[in-house]
Amino acid sequence: MSLPKSLIAATLMGGLALSSLALTAHAESHGQNPAVTARQGQFQIMALNIGVLGQMARGNTDYDAETAQAAANNLLTMSQIDQRFHWVPGTDNESIEGTRALPAIWEEGSQVIAIWGRFGEGAAALAEVAGDGLDPMRTALGPVGAACGDCHDDYRAEE
Amino acid sequence: MRRLVRAIILLAAIGASAGWVLTRPVHITDDEVAALIGDAAAGEAVFWAGGCASCHAAEDASGEARLVLGGGQAFPSDFGTFRAPNISPDPRHGIGDWSLAQFLTAMQNGISPQGQHYYPAFPYTAYRLADRQDLADLFAFLQTLPASDQASLPHDVGFPFSIRRAVGLWNVLYLRDEYVVTGDLTEEEARGRYLSEALAHCGECHTPRGVLGAVDRNRWLHGAPALTGRGTIPALTPDELDWSADEIAAYLNDGFTPTFDAAGGHMRSVIANLANLDAADRAAIAAYLGRLPPADTAP
Repeated sequence: MSLPKSLIAATLMGGLALSSLALTAHAESHGQNPAVTARQGQFQIMALNIGVLGQMARGNTDYDAETAQAAANNLLTMSQIDQRFHWVPGTDNESIEGTRALPAIWEEGSQVIAIWGRFGEGAAALAEVAGDGLDPMRTALGPVGAACGDCHDDYRAEE
Repeated sequence: MRRLVRAIILLAAIGASAGWVLTRPVHITDDEVAALIGDAAAGEAVFWAGGCASCHAAEDASGEARLVLGGGQAFPSDFGTFRAPNISPDPRHGIGDWSLAQFLTAMQNGISPQGQHYYPAFPYTAYRLADRQDLADLFAFLQTLPASDQASLPHDVGFPFSIRRAVGLWNVLYLRDEYVVTGDLTEEEARGRYLSEALAHCGECHTPRGVLGAVDRNRWLHGAPALTGRGTIPALTPDELDWSADEIAAYLNDGFTPTFDAAGGHMRSVIANLANLDAADRAAIAAYLGRLPPADTAP
């Protein structure tokens, strides 16, 4: 985990001013910012897979080990995607339309990388046990949801 | 001319004394509450429904730390910044040496043991509707929590809002002893109304406010600008919130919307409270929300 995390850190904190400029220019000519579209798509895939597990946890659908494992594996895979291209500076909600991402994501003291790391750890733990039964899956889903909420707490604007 | 001046002085004196009488703190007496015996075990559910920890625990506290009610969280508003005080059982900095009558006076009349008006950032406006037995149980439960010796921080409120006595006038204008939602409710809906209006004080964030900061009962739970100044707190009326009752109840337990987005902001803390209630209580809140007058029929 340490290598991807440091990569993300380097990305978010420092570089990529050039691609940022390029993407911003692109967005200005095409409306929606591609970085925003990409990260919103990422979160939709995450929500879809959490939903598969969440509906089982709520008792709305029957627990199925193979299905639960597939969803957990997807979440783990999502947590391992290098984030650099969809979190370019200048794509916060004060700079552009169409996003609820707060400038605090890019500011000093931002905890987003630590929280994303907790999502990754939670997803890994979930993938370990998702196929072992409803109760272990439900328990392991908790920290994953908590990581989502931790980020939404301080880094996503109210609608 | 002299008679006119005298009349004006007389009228001013009457006005001032009427104001002084209207704004005087109203205390609940020991005699009034002598029959109430608090049950700490029963008080835990009142504690979670009332949302005490969301403001009086440390910011971002989780787990056991949400039971340490040392205060300190800041709440920005149009009138200044309010800071939640220490309500832990510490006798010096908290409420450890309060009587039940003093506690009820604070919770239902918004008056401190010293006779000072609290600002309505503290939702005594809602707790006023609560059952006194429930509040006695809550008081007993609060006494079982860890003491914090953290001193309460002063509010940062400028003139003229720094005149506490003026809150008495605000109370005359805005304190109500009736529920907002009326009419024939099922037992479940009525339970949900009690939880939502008297304890969980949902209206404090989800209802827009007027010029003096009072919630607008004609636009009850119609959604409002976030008090943090950024974004909007969503409407909860059935024409705006199109989730099923089961989806609302589940959200209040696990924090996931019907599309499995995760709740953020202050609502997360609310969910952390409500998740401790019986499932029937969360279902009751959902049932109550289904009975709200639609936002599009507002006058």
